[in-house]
Amino acid sequence: MHEAAIAQSLIEIIQQEMAKAKATRLLSATVVHGRLTNLVPEALSFAFEAMTMDTPLAGATLHLRQVPLVVRCFGCGEEFTPEDDNLLLMPCPKCGEEFGHTVVTGKELYLETIEAE
Amino acid sequence: MATEIPVVRNILEANDRIADQLRKLFAAHKVFVPNLISSPGAGKTTLLERTLTDLKGELRMAVIEGDVTTDNDARRVAATGAKAVQIETDGGCHLNGSMILEALASLDLSELDILFIENVGNLVCPVEFDLGEDCKVGLLSVTEGDDKPEKYPQLFTVGKAMVLNKVDLLPYVDFDVERATRGARALNPGLEVFSVSCRNGDGLGAWYDWLRAAVAAKKA
Ligand SMILES: Nc1nc2c(ncn2[C@@H]2O[C@H](COP(=O)(O)OP(=O)(O)OP(=O)(O)O)[C@@H](O)[C@H]2O)c(=O)[nH]1
Ligand SMILES: [Mg+2]
Ligand SMILES: [Zn+2]
Repeated sequence: MHEAAIAQSLIEIIQQEMAKAKATRLLSATVVHGRLTNLVPEALSFAFEAMTMDTPLAGATLHLRQVPLVVRCFGCGEEFTPEDDNLLLMPCPKCGEEFGHTVVTGKELYLETIEAE
Repeated sequence: MATEIPVVRNILEANDRIADQLRKLFAAHKVFVPNLISSPGAGKTTLLERTLTDLKGELRMAVIEGDVTTDNDARRVAATGAKAVQIETDGGCHLNGSMILEALASLDLSELDILFIENVGNLVCPVEFDLGEDCKVGLLSVTEGDDKPEKYPQLFTVGKAMVLNKVDLLPYVDFDVERATRGARALNPGLEVFSVSCRNGDGLGAWYDWLRAAVAAKKA
């Protein structure tokens, strides 16, 4: 993932939302990111901080909430989270099926809420 | 007074935006870009080795190799004389658009007819990430079971072609080519199916013709 590009987009969205709410200072923003996006939280925080210096967004707290990968087993329909460090093999804990699962959550990347004044 | 403002807006449509840029780049240079996806060991790298060798001198080809931790595949591909760019995903289970964008820095698109992407061996995650490719090509080896297309609808419904590999092993395994083909086409009637053996070369001619036609279509 390109954290700087994400930060840039994030900042634009926040500015638009602040303008709509006639807010002049950002206190915090909450970003939800799915496991599959491979977003590196430290890199995003760093880029956000660097790119908001001397703006009404400076000093705001960036909350980053990761959503786990959840897949639905093709074999039995069980929804489960594969072991974090092994996304290559995803045996179903219930029936053992390794293939054909559908991604239920884990692809998210969105700004959930901001707190501003 | 501080107020909490619910937003819920997608930040980038992250990958899709980059993929759109990539698609424009590939179109501008008229490069045909297939994205090869399969479970580990189905034969992606072997298919590339054959293709790069057999079509050398006829088509200008390069490969972006996605690998979890090693550069084995990139070295095998480079041994054919084709340019290979290695992306280590560092444990990541798929390639994403920004990785492709970075890899392009070491490739000259204007010198290519085909840019193959070998995705990480995995049948779930790579399907979810658009790389700006022309099409996804699913590989399935006959040792994996003929019910697999019914089982991974995601790949075989979005794919344009399916390569059934290792048909030289058909006498030794219980695999019904007919059933696999029917299963895949049930979800995707236009799907091209190639039964090949990268070991003895069976069926590769049809695959090569398809590549030639795709390149011609891209240039038209
Ligand atoms: N019998 C037979 N073996 C094959 C054929 N094609 C590939 N193989 C063998 O299958 C094994 C895996 O092939 P690779 O090409 O490395 O598979 P891959 O899909 O690139 O694997 P990953 O990159 O690890 O996901 C190798 O030992 C190949 O020699 C074939 O048509 N017939
Ligand atoms: Mg390989
Ligand atoms: Zn199951």
